Amino acid sequence: MVIGLGQLEATRMGTTLVASFLASLVECVEALTVVLAVGSVRGWRSALAGAAAALALLAAIVATVGPALTRIPLHGLTRIPFHMVQLVVGAMILLFGMRWLRKAILRAAGLIAMHDEEVAFARSAEAIREAEASVAQLSKGAHRWDKIAFGAAFNVTMIEGGEVVFIVIAFGAGGAGLLLPASLGAVAALLVVAGSGFALHRPLARIPENTLKFLAGVVLCAFGTFWAGEGTGIEWTGSDLAILWLAAAYLGIALCLGPLCRANADVLVEE
Amino acid sequence: MRWLRSVAREIYGLFVDDGSFAGAILVWLGLAMAGLPRAASNARWAGPVLFAGLALILIESVLRFARRRMK
Repeated sequence: MVIGLGQLEATRMGTTLVASFLASLVECVEALTVVLAVGSVRGWRSALAGAAAALALLAAIVATVGPALTRIPLHGLTRIPFHMVQLVVGAMILLFGMRWLRKAILRAAGLIAMHDEEVAFARSAEAIREAEASVAQLSKGAHRWDKIAFGAAFNVTMIEGGEVVFIVIAFGAGGAGLLLPASLGAVAALLVVAGSGFALHRPLARIPENTLKFLAGVVLCAFGTFWAGEGTGIEWTGSDLAILWLAAAYLGIALCLGPLCRANADVLVEE
Repeated sequence: MRWLRSVAREIYGLFVDDGSFAGAILVWLGLAMAGLPRAASNARWAGPVLFAGLALILIESVLRFARRRMK
């Protein structure tokens, strides 16, 4: 089978977009839960302003760091060889993706608790209420802007958004022209989650967070292995299409590991 | 200073939950960088060997966690 260059490019861009969308969706859902909790307890104005300020800062970071990273191989602006960039980015994606995949497998096997957005929402709201009680004297209408709400929404958006920025930059640094699909995937995830949150005004508990993390972990591991391999000098059979068999292989292993863990547990219980 | 420390902890937490798991991945990548493309008798196998090592690290870590949790 002969694969054209255009088809390879389309595969690379498509997989980058989907991977970035899936991985970013998980982070956006987690951030939305806390922003909703802050908004419902302390008011929407400051909560939304905090989240918007963090998003603006994150967008500025992507606009500054992203293109600089992707220019390294194109223009030789630095003396860092491209294979070292691929190796470092691949290793970081692998650490990030393997951590997600491992956690998703353990959750699917029932060995650690599932992440529940309703519970996370209740916990965040409780934490904000406690903070509110401790500074009640400051917040009794004295300020137009609620610093606690602004700060809490800003912090969570920066933390979860920082992970999204890492995802975008990591996927974007894999080659020329990949920053755009990676960014589009993240922006699409943000719009889907923000739109759903705006429409529902409640945490997105029905989004299968663990399944998403499982799939995003698989895709991240496939990308990470591919780029780390390229960085070490490995020439993949089928070039970029190797990402597809790597994803299929990681998915197969991850699907088998859940039942295997449960079987191990049954043997230990019987002993 | 506390803010910087919490940012550093968040960044570290992005990549590491289990130190031995993360360490094993990095050691395997280091070994791969040191000689996998040259050591694999057929260059076509270097990629699958890299993947197999990473898959084994994942399998061992998950099963180790499961055994520890059930004891």
